[in-house]
Amino acid sequence: MNLEIITPDKKIFSGEVSAVTFPGTEGQFQVLNNHAALVSTLGQGAIVVEGAHKETFTVDGGVVEVLNNKVLVLAESIS
Amino acid sequence: MASLKEVRNRITSVNSTQQITKAMKMVAAAKLRRAQDAIIQMRPYAKKLGEMLATVSAGTETAAESPYKQVRTVEKVLIVTVTSDRGLCGAFNTNVIKAAVALIQEKYATQAAKGNVEILALGKKGGEAFLRRGFKVNTDFMDVYTRLSFGVVKEAAESIMADFEAGKYDAVEVVFNEFKNVATQIIRADQLLPIPEAKNDLKTATTSNVNYTFEPSEEQIVTDLIPKTLKIQLYRAVLESNASEHGARMTAMDKATDNAQELIKALRLEYNRSRQAAITKEILEIVGGAEALSQG
Repeated sequence: MNLEIITPDKKIFSGEVSAVTFPGTEGQFQVLNNHAALVSTLGQGAIVVEGAHKETFTVDGGVVEVLNNKVLVLAESIS
Repeated sequence: MASLKEVRNRITSVNSTQQITKAMKMVAAAKLRRAQDAIIQMRPYAKKLGEMLATVSAGTETAAESPYKQVRTVEKVLIVTVTSDRGLCGAFNTNVIKAAVALIQEKYATQAAKGNVEILALGKKGGEAFLRRGFKVNTDFMDVYTRLSFGVVKEAAESIMADFEAGKYDAVEVVFNEFKNVATQIIRADQLLPIPEAKNDLKTATTSNVNYTFEPSEEQIVTDLIPKTLKIQLYRAVLESNASEHGARMTAMDKATDNAQELIKALRLEYNRSRQAAITKEILEIVGGAEALSQG
C-alpha cells in the first residue's frame, strides 16, 4: 500500500510500505494491506513504517486516513 | 551651480545606493521563491485537512460542538497583526497597521475606548507601531519570522485558542497581507475566533459514499480537527504575509533602483554642464590674458 506522511512544512515520507503502526488516541494500531477505510486521530508516539527498511517517526498528534490502500498521515510536527 | 567636486561626490553616493537597492532586490527575489515554495508545501496539507473535516462531519448528523464556535458578547478583542521584521518594503507594513486601526475604529470602537483591544504582533514592525500608539501589545511571538516554522506558529495559535477558551478574549481577528502576485498584495482581515458559521457549507458540498471506520467517534474527530484547521489558517496567514513581504520589497527596490538611475542621469548632466562652464571660463581667461600681453 501507499503511505504518505505530510506536515505543513514538508512531505516527510512517501512510498510503498507493507505495514504501519500508529499511536492512535485510543491505543496503538497497525494498518496492513487492504485495510478497511478508516479515519483516526493520533496521539503522541511513534509511527513505525515497515517497508523496504524499518523507519520510525515521532509525532505529537495528527490524523490518519486510510482509503483504497492509500494511507495519508497529516502530522503536526515530526522528529 | 554646484562645484564639480560636490556633484561628483553625489554621483558616487547615488551610485552606491543604487548598488544596495539592486542587491536587495535580488535577495528579495531569492527569498520570495523560497516563501512561495513554503506556501506550495503547505497547500496539500491544508486541502487534505479540509477534505477530511468535510468527510467526517458529513457522517455526523449534529453540527459539531466546539468551544471555538461559541459566540459571546464581544467585550475583549484580540487583533493579530502579521507584518514583517524589516522595513524598506514599500507600504507593506503601513497597510497592515492602517487596516488594523480602521478595523478597531469601525468594529470595536466601544471596546477600544474601554481599553479592551489587545494586539498580538507577529512580526516586529506591527508590534512596534502599536506600542507607539499606546495599545496593549503581546510581543511573545513578535520574532516568528526569525525562526519561521509551523512549530512556532502552532504555539502562537495554541495560546490564542487557550485564551479564547478561557474567556480572555471574545473575538480574535487576523490582519495580514495576502499574496496575489509579486506586485500585488491584498490586505485581509479575517475573523479567526469564534469560527464563522459559513464553514458548515462544506458539509453539504461533499457527501462521500465510502463507509469509514471512525476512531474514536466522528464527533471526537471533528472536535480534534477544528483546532488543527485553525492552526493552519494562522500558518497560512503568516506564510502569505512572508511571501507578500518579499514581493513588496522586490517591487520597492526595483523602483528605487530606477529612481537612482534617473537621479544619476540628471546629476551627470549637471556635472558635464559645470565642467563645460569651467573650461569655457578658463579659455576666456587665457584669451583675455594673451590679448592684454600683445597690447602691452
